[in-house]
Amino acid sequence: MSLSQLEMGVLDILCEDARTTPERMAAMLGCTSEQAALAVKRLEEEGVIVGYPALINWDKTSRENVKAIIEVRVTPQRDMGFDAIAERIYRFEEVKAVYLMSGAYDLLLEVQANSMKRLASFVSQRLATIEHVLSTATHFVLKKYKVDGVIMEETNSDERLAVSP
Amino acid sequence: MNYEEILSKTVQRIPPSGIRKFFDIVSEMKDAISLGVGEPDFVTPWNICESAIYSLEKGQTHYTSNWGTPQLRRAIADYLQTRFSLRYDPMKEIIVTVGASEGVDLALRALINPGDEVLVPDPSYVSYAPCIALAGGVAVPVETDARRSFRLGPEELRRALTPRTKALILSYPNNPTGAVMEREDLERLAQVLQDTNVMVISDEIYAELCYTQQPHVSFATLPGMWERTITLNGFSKAFAMTGWRMGYLCAPAALAAGICKIHQYTILCAPSQGQAAALEALISGKENNYASIERMRSTYDRRRRLLVKAFREMGLECFEPLGAFYVFPCIQSLGMSSEAFCEQLLYEEKVAVVPGTAFGASGEGFIRCSYATATDKVQEAAQRIARFVERHRR
Repeated sequence: MSLSQLEMGVLDILCEDARTTPERMAAMLGCTSEQAALAVKRLEEEGVIVGYPALINWDKTSRENVKAIIEVRVTPQRDMGFDAIAERIYRFEEVKAVYLMSGAYDLLLEVQANSMKRLASFVSQRLATIEHVLSTATHFVLKKYKVDGVIMEETNSDERLAVSP
Repeated sequence: MNYEEILSKTVQRIPPSGIRKFFDIVSEMKDAISLGVGEPDFVTPWNICESAIYSLEKGQTHYTSNWGTPQLRRAIADYLQTRFSLRYDPMKEIIVTVGASEGVDLALRALINPGDEVLVPDPSYVSYAPCIALAGGVAVPVETDARRSFRLGPEELRRALTPRTKALILSYPNNPTGAVMEREDLERLAQVLQDTNVMVISDEIYAELCYTQQPHVSFATLPGMWERTITLNGFSKAFAMTGWRMGYLCAPAALAAGICKIHQYTILCAPSQGQAAALEALISGKENNYASIERMRSTYDRRRRLLVKAFREMGLECFEPLGAFYVFPCIQSLGMSSEAFCEQLLYEEKVAVVPGTAFGASGEGFIRCSYATATDKVQEAAQRIARFVERHRR
């Protein structure tokens, strides 16, 4: 699908701040707020914009949170390739992301649970037992520095001189 | 000792900077938002920084050729040709300088004989007039105004020419006004200049930040103008590299050879790490088809529209600035001087902007607002200014 310049502009703006109102987008893009709102609607309908979740640093909350990256080797199935097995996996609530990879393993998962124990039990009870899953390798995330292009604990320092010619 | 007397008469005559006062106040103030910054808020891309670090690790800590490394000069020639259709011989016509600022000084010192006049569109960047004075010349301001979007007109130019006119400084896109000169505008100036011996110093440091349909037009690409033009540019604005102080000067070979004499005896060469970084900026820029410049420009363009709209909604006249990263609204309707406006705004609403008068007499009645600041801060500042304007409206 080819997008108009306006739609690309809307995507750039929302990517930076999903809360931007159609009025402000209109001011930034030089169109009417109706046009901006319509562009957003179309992008949502076409599935280009899939959701608007906030990026949260859970480490700053009291909620227990364990995240792991899991490499999974699987046997692809006739006619389905990796799609069917990927679906079996991504339907689990704990699974936050699934990617098909080139290289030494097939699927890369990002899995999240509220304790180490639950995450371990997810891997051993749910994931490893799925038919066609050959092996798993689990790597626990110790600290997040940068997520989706956003630095988690950015020291907000504008080093520039406050006024310059 | 009376140091006031010891300083040269020329230095004594140079007035203090018109922005120093605001800088001192803002620096002490908490929660102030500054729209007074004349440099990008983007940080230098990491690949560029990394290549400077690598150059240190490799032990590239020595002098380079006076002109700059051949690799960098070739990359600059290629960049100028690709982006602006400018043709310069990298071996004889390009000098790598310490910022475009050094280029301004070099060009003026190389051209001026005592008492020569140099025409400077007014308002313009703060350093032209002092550099002209230091070179022994006389700066002649040529007024531009908001009615014509601060573009320099051929009539004003013709009226300012005298037998002593040695050069004209063109600085478009312009700091502080954000004005640009499109092809037709430049052609009209070329017509006036073609029968004279007046040289043109074209400071194109904001060339990549043009929000017009057509990209920036370099004056030297106009028929017959290359021979009389010294083109200045640099890495500060296009690659967010202000602190690196990397620029370049381009001029016909015979002229460049003379100019390089000053450079070689005063500076020797631009810093070698900066040159390594600048080379990476051009190589990676070319590899990704200058996508990061385009992205930066789109971001600036969106903030620019926000800010222009905000000023117009306040009821202030604001011509559409199509270049650089400044908006230059007119505050005359409030009956305050530019300086009074800026000072009161800073104390009452904690927003720093720069009085137009810091850039020349024609800047009276205007303020320079930079949108090289995070979008939400630009928005917040606009709300504060609106509150201030509402309160002081007469």
